[in-house]
Amino acid sequence: MRHIISVLLENETGALSRVSGLFSQRGFNIESLTVAETSDSSLSRMTIFSTGNDRVIEQIVKQLNKLIEVVKVSDLTSQDHVERELMLVKVCPTNKDELEIKQLVDIFSCKIVDVTEKTYTIEISGKTKKINAFLNALNSAIIMEVSRTGVTGISRGKKAILK
Amino acid sequence: MKLNGAQILINSLQSEGVEYIFGFPGGAVLHICDALEAQNDITNVLVRHEQGAAHAADGYARASGKPGVVLVTSGPGITNAVTGIATAHMDSIPMVVISGQVPSPLIGMDAFQEVDATGITRSCVKHNFLVRDINEIANTVKKAFHIATTGRPGPVVVDIPKDKTIEQITPKSYPEEVEMRSYKPTVKASNRQIKKTAELILNSKRPIIYSGGGCVIGNASNELREFTRMTGFPITQTLMGLGAYPGNDELSLGMLGMHGTYESNMAMYGADCVIAIGARFDDRITGSLDKFCPNAKFIHVDIDPSQISKNVVADIPIVGQVNQVLEVLNKELKDKKFQDISKWWSQINKWREMDSLAYKKKPGVIKPQTVIETLYEVTKGKAIVTSDVGQHQMWAAQYYMFDEPRRWINSGGLGTMGFGLPAAMGAKLAMPGKDVACITSEGSIQMMTQELSTMLQYSTPVKIINLNNGYLGMVRQWQEFFYENRYAMSYMDALPDFIKLAESYGHMGILVEKEADLKPAMLEAFKQKERTVFVDIKTDPTENVFPMIPAGGAHCDMLLAGRDEMVSKDETDLNAV
Repeated sequence: MRHIISVLLENETGALSRVSGLFSQRGFNIESLTVAETSDSSLSRMTIFSTGNDRVIEQIVKQLNKLIEVVKVSDLTSQDHVERELMLVKVCPTNKDELEIKQLVDIFSCKIVDVTEKTYTIEISGKTKKINAFLNALNSAIIMEVSRTGVTGISRGKKAILK
Repeated sequence: MKLNGAQILINSLQSEGVEYIFGFPGGAVLHICDALEAQNDITNVLVRHEQGAAHAADGYARASGKPGVVLVTSGPGITNAVTGIATAHMDSIPMVVISGQVPSPLIGMDAFQEVDATGITRSCVKHNFLVRDINEIANTVKKAFHIATTGRPGPVVVDIPKDKTIEQITPKSYPEEVEMRSYKPTVKASNRQIKKTAELILNSKRPIIYSGGGCVIGNASNELREFTRMTGFPITQTLMGLGAYPGNDELSLGMLGMHGTYESNMAMYGADCVIAIGARFDDRITGSLDKFCPNAKFIHVDIDPSQISKNVVADIPIVGQVNQVLEVLNKELKDKKFQDISKWWSQINKWREMDSLAYKKKPGVIKPQTVIETLYEVTKGKAIVTSDVGQHQMWAAQYYMFDEPRRWINSGGLGTMGFGLPAAMGAKLAMPGKDVACITSEGSIQMMTQELSTMLQYSTPVKIINLNNGYLGMVRQWQEFFYENRYAMSYMDALPDFIKLAESYGHMGILVEKEADLKPAMLEAFKQKERTVFVDIKTDPTENVFPMIPAGGAHCDMLLAGRDEMVSKDETDLNAV
């Protein structure tokens, strides 16, 4: 099963490699991982998208908690939450593709954020499914490169990771 | 007054009450060595190899309960120590390793003797630090000791670049306390879990206590004894747990697992309630998980939440310090009425009659089991015994009836050959008034013989009991059983003359080739209070460790000595018990 795990940890060098090392060391899956500073600059927040059965996910959460620098771990999948991913995709359309691209950008409510003589860079954000759908809709022959952030997420309502 | 980083470091170690530092110098730690030399509170023990330093600190920690401290230089200094650090990590031993690092501006430049120490040790430490600011040295040392010794203990590496040991500041006083928002180990168990546990215990008809290294490391021996005696339940102990409960007590079934006793393994297989205390359901304990304790409910007490339901799903998990949990549980159970388990005991006693540790003596050959029994007799069971890894380790665990915790010191988790000798040296420094024996073999001892030199320099008289059968015995045993007697890479030709070897290091050596000479040799060895004595004993090269559950087998599938057939499928109807 797919799980989104939020990790609040001390913003210190080496903390990221402790987390990624844990996943490789224990053979846990890691589909994507995003990390950045929070509003409190001493803390980083990491979102890990992983797959596994309940026992594996339980171990992942426990092993993450065991890392000394980890302040809090929360499995977002088990609660009401919002999740997003952002993708930049650069395409080099021929003339006949151009219209189709503009239509797709409209349909998927994304943006063309950079245009050069021969290329467009499109920004799209949303759930992973939407991003995959957009990628599938594009003519693969014109895709030059893709950069995705991986999933990030936050719980809904009054609940917060530290409260 | 201004102090350099090295002096601040040594002052911090003094504040932590450190008695010994086991280490080896090098360019990156010269300032630290210099600061160490300038004081008298901490004795530095100069080993001959950094792995020996880590094992010696480990032996010191296991014998004393205090954290072991290691000092190594950058590069090969820390990489050599890794095996010792990983050994301590697997067995949850408190240890602080100070490693030198190349000067800050050179980090990442592939400088001479540079390795990424925090990177290399990351997966085999509880935590590690790279000190980037001289103002952080004292605080980091405080944190390192706090992390190493609290919760589930483990090794912590503090990597200090050379320039930080040279810089000078006017230091603040050493912090008395440390507060870490991200590290707060659970100590007290929840009351609800205690109540549920008590209920299950009071209703079980075929209970068994399965206690592990956590009862030794967590100083829970007294509470465990009270718990066991109050319940009257049978108790089996893991390799790491031996001694927390007296091995020759009536309620003790001995060790369990791959080389556990028949009665322990059968009782685990038949139990309706397994009370796991400070144990982690290691694969050498459980064998096949599918067939592990098929009828039991599991209570699992551990300080480390990640151990619970890792291998075996716990019906009642209790996270907390084992001694505190048991103390509360003992109060809860006091004066309560337990089920009548006399039928269970009579079944266990029938299993006991199999006498699974019995072995046949052969004329003209010294049996390794006899050696351990003789050692037990000569030391009256009171010695601190370290071991290396292999057959001799299992025989030591089976035949030396440990009746106190911290008497049995061995590498159970990592299984590190070479551990025994330096660990014995560390244990002797921790407990100078106690006899220390190192049970080893010609294979293991050769991984660390250089420490014989350290032992002379620091006068740590240890008795080395070398079970010399010319074979890497455990490998040979598996090859006999599972590789049709093809003894690939397990025979050691061209062994040194261990007597001369010991003598060349300034110790005493005694060769034993006849069983009649065994006891006199040991008596003589232990009479030599001030000397390390190497007792080289030629033992039966064909002997195997029994009982044995082949890897992946069930607890009821045991190979016993003197039987060609696997003993299995006991006919007992457990529901009638």
